[in-house]
Amino acid sequence: MTLLAVERIKLFSTRSPWWCMLLALGLTIGITAIIAANWDGSPMPVLGAVFTHTFGLYVIMVMAALAVTTEYRFGTIKSTFQAVPDRISPMIAKAVVVVLLSALVGLASSFGSWGLSWLLAEDNSDLALTTANDWRHVAGVGLVFAAGALLALGVGALVRQTAGAVSIILVFALVVESVIAFIPNIGDDIQKWMPFTVASKFIFGDPDASAIPEGAGPPAIGELSPWGSFGYFAAIALAIYIISLVVVKRRDA
Amino acid sequence: MIEAVGLTKRYGKTVAVDNLSFTVEPGRVTGFLGPNGAGKSTTMRMILGLDRPSAGKVLIDGKPYAQLDRPLRTVGALLDAKWVHPNRSARAHLQWLAKSNGLPDRRVDEVLDLVGLTKVAKRRAGGFSLGMSQRLGIAGALLGDPKVLLFDEPVNGLDPEGILWIRQFMQGLAAEGRTVLVSSHLLSEMALTAQDLVVIGRGKLISQSSTTEFVERSTENTVRVRSPHADKLGAMLVDKGFTVREDTDGSLTVSGAQSDEIGDIAAASGVVLHELSPQRGSLEQAFMQLTGDSVEYHAELAETGK
Repeated sequence: MTLLAVERIKLFSTRSPWWCMLLALGLTIGITAIIAANWDGSPMPVLGAVFTHTFGLYVIMVMAALAVTTEYRFGTIKSTFQAVPDRISPMIAKAVVVVLLSALVGLASSFGSWGLSWLLAEDNSDLALTTANDWRHVAGVGLVFAAGALLALGVGALVRQTAGAVSIILVFALVVESVIAFIPNIGDDIQKWMPFTVASKFIFGDPDASAIPEGAGPPAIGELSPWGSFGYFAAIALAIYIISLVVVKRRDA
Repeated sequence: MIEAVGLTKRYGKTVAVDNLSFTVEPGRVTGFLGPNGAGKSTTMRMILGLDRPSAGKVLIDGKPYAQLDRPLRTVGALLDAKWVHPNRSARAHLQWLAKSNGLPDRRVDEVLDLVGLTKVAKRRAGGFSLGMSQRLGIAGALLGDPKVLLFDEPVNGLDPEGILWIRQFMQGLAAEGRTVLVSSHLLSEMALTAQDLVVIGRGKLISQSSTTEFVERSTENTVRVRSPHADKLGAMLVDKGFTVREDTDGSLTVSGAQSDEIGDIAAASGVVLHELSPQRGSLEQAFMQLTGDSVEYHAELAETGK
């Protein structure tokens, strides 16, 4: 418990996490508001309110990576390991704090986006959260942010450099996963199993594909069910995080 | 008490610390001396369990660092004053450290007061001068009121006032019965601060002794002689097997001889002496002599500089 308090003090006594959280909320809710205000002709679907969650996800992953890499950058990781030499417990405490916070930001961003859409959309008759799928579209963002943050913590602890960790995360999520589809024959099959592609299936995936308006957002592709998709994404995040723990334990600080 | 036994650290083919064994006793300031790159910082990181030794071990009061319960209560260390998040306030920095070892918040205020940073406690540490950062680092080391303290080059870059403060501070800590290990590459500084010296070069132990002993043993003693018959006297001294150097002002510097021997020789042959004075070699020279072969990066010294 004390280690959780330690990581909480660390995280909130610097400014970058606050900026990241504000940016994550501002980007998702702000852009959704613009979409909602301009949505006319048809009732706005629940999915329309969460399209923007990926922007927030990237920002939150940057925040999570920074939570580790700044410790290496400024040498405070050495003080941390001096204070708690087993190394694993402070890293787990950091993960608990960052993952919980990311989940909260995810929920705030998706429910904020949804709420604002409700207020701004001309026709909000389809926005009511009536089915389990509707709830997953919105509340699921919290889970995806949480798993994404865990993944970023792992990458940050492995790479130890802010620039390196952030580029790896962003280039992978924004470039590699889409470019890979251009490989002839096998590209599409590989893309189906890329972690961020699969994660978006968890949010957007819907047994009734026609609920997604034509051209209104990324198609949900993948072989797994929506919840299976989340399990897959979370498992990759957890695997990378555990590898990072093993490496941190063995490596010179 | 710190005890290193056969401590070794290799990075690939480079041996940074080579089979190093030494002890650091409580109640004294022990200087950890060596040229830059000798392996002092690596050794200190191994003492703190931050780097894993390739071989050997180092114990603090009989235990490896990693087995200490809430280690900040036993060992305090200042390895680098810049190991602080620049946007975090001094107080927040100490707060998380204190919290991690179950130390009360009150202790944070106490150490801030002790190092004189109370007024700037809420300011971001990134804006601190080197002297202030150093004080913050010391405050962090003292948080747990530890019995063992490690400081890596604590006076580097400080102004004379800061140096004096740190020197007196460390002596005060040792006088309270604590074990204090201070690294430095400056023998002159250590001669003023430390009672014991552990000297290393290229990762190997060169000597462990008291500072006085080290200085006496390692400084070259010479005798300066001025005489109107310098040539004659010089020749006689060379015959006796002493090394004689003639300086530009015509005086002689004799090494390997005591001043009374030279006086006797001069008197026996009726040579008039104007000056006969024993010279103590400088600490820097002594240090250079001992570690000369073990300096990792060095420029050739000009002849006149020797």
